[in-house]
Amino acid sequence: MPGDPSPSTSKPAPQTPLPRGGSDRVFYLCLGILAGTYVLLLLATVAADLFYTTPGHLWRALKSPEIQYSIRLSLLSCTLTTILSLWVAVPVGYLLARFRFPGRALLDAILDIPIVLPPLVIGLSLLILFQAPPLRALERIFPITYAIPSIILAQFMVACAFAVRTMRATFEQLSPRHEQVALTLGCSRSQAFWRVVLPSARRGILTAATLAWARALGEFGPILIFSGATRMKTEVLPTTVFLELSIGNIEAAVAVSLLMIFAAVAVLVLIRTLGLPATHSHPPS
Amino acid sequence: MIALDQVTVHAGTFSLARVSFEIPTGSHTALMGRTGSGKTTLLEAICGLRPVSAGRIFVDGSDVTLAPPGQRGLGFVPQDGALFEHLTVRQHLSFALELRRWPLDRICQRVAELSLWLQLDTILDRRPHGLSGGESQRVALGRALSFQPSVLCLDEPLSALDDETRSDICQVLADIRARTGITLLHITHNRSEAERLADRILVLTDGHIESRSLRT
Repeated sequence: MPGDPSPSTSKPAPQTPLPRGGSDRVFYLCLGILAGTYVLLLLATVAADLFYTTPGHLWRALKSPEIQYSIRLSLLSCTLTTILSLWVAVPVGYLLARFRFPGRALLDAILDIPIVLPPLVIGLSLLILFQAPPLRALERIFPITYAIPSIILAQFMVACAFAVRTMRATFEQLSPRHEQVALTLGCSRSQAFWRVVLPSARRGILTAATLAWARALGEFGPILIFSGATRMKTEVLPTTVFLELSIGNIEAAVAVSLLMIFAAVAVLVLIRTLGLPATHSHPPS
Repeated sequence: MIALDQVTVHAGTFSLARVSFEIPTGSHTALMGRTGSGKTTLLEAICGLRPVSAGRIFVDGSDVTLAPPGQRGLGFVPQDGALFEHLTVRQHLSFALELRRWPLDRICQRVAELSLWLQLDTILDRRPHGLSGGESQRVALGRALSFQPSVLCLDEPLSALDDETRSDICQVLADIRARTGITLLHITHNRSEAERLADRILVLTDGHIESRSLRT
């Protein structure tokens, strides 16, 4: 039948040619260049520190009593800050992730304050706060400002905010179904939290602890203002770098900087190594 | 027995109003309906995981409307099993029994009994990671049955399984009912699965329940 446009006899319509898009290689190349540039910059800064100093400088720095004191105080304060941060971040993160309540958005915004505030402002605000009469009275019994507790408090202010963010994201990723099943099995809310939620969140807790520890180790601005920079008293590693730089001892400053880099890298590697087997320890059936 | 009397329940902007039905003791009832019709919302309300704004829920004659989930005597198996990744299969089976402070020898006895019955005896010391879909569902069923509830609520427990495993779990469900005489309420989208297992189908359409009997 001439002119019959039946599907069995008609030829397929010519396809519109797809406009030629950019090559995938160019796309991957762009990604590689951008990522590579940043990684190169990071490694170059570490390499610059490494080549600036010598093992002799590092050894002399490690033998210095002031630097040994600052290493000890840094380790102690960062560990205490991490414990305190987790103590607060776990319940606050859980609260924000699981419950809807009046003022939740406001609480969320308030918890971001330490992240967005300039570090010096945090230190100054702490200093002013501890000049208020009730806290001044407390300081007569238990000195905080310009003493070791002020270092922990200054570190905690910032580190805890990061830990809260991490814990909130962790709990948001955990399905509430597990808690619900635990409730039907006979758990109370708190039993479900301790027996089911917390063990499931252990990798997130480890990440929050790492982040809090690393943030605390690098904290300087609030400590300078709130704790001062007194040798062998409120001297943590960033304070040492500052003090050594201020007297022109660049070699010692670089040596301590390297120590901080090694400590941060060691913590990251340790936590990632410890954390990974949790999901890969059981062979698939 | 489960009975709902004029139950109203809200889930965000969605709500089910004045739903009433009764599921006799020892029966297997399939709850069906389109996606988004409120089947899971209703099941959550029965299990105590979602508050009801009106009406009453009865389990074995007791008003459990305000009772916490753990005191309703209901076993709950969600779609994905929701196994606890940090616990072994053995710990899953003993979880509810430890909460009820059963003596250790009774716990061991119950775990052994369940593991043989549900063919979990070879994987008792494994964790959920790496278990097959069928094994995971059997563990979830064992965990829900461990404390001998009078009602078992299943939320599409077979939907993610392949045909062969699905058939196995269907057999397990039939076996559970035959052995224990438990009342089963089972959400499913699969009519043949409902017809194979259930005595009765409840169809949820536009917030209304329609009951269809499958057995005479």
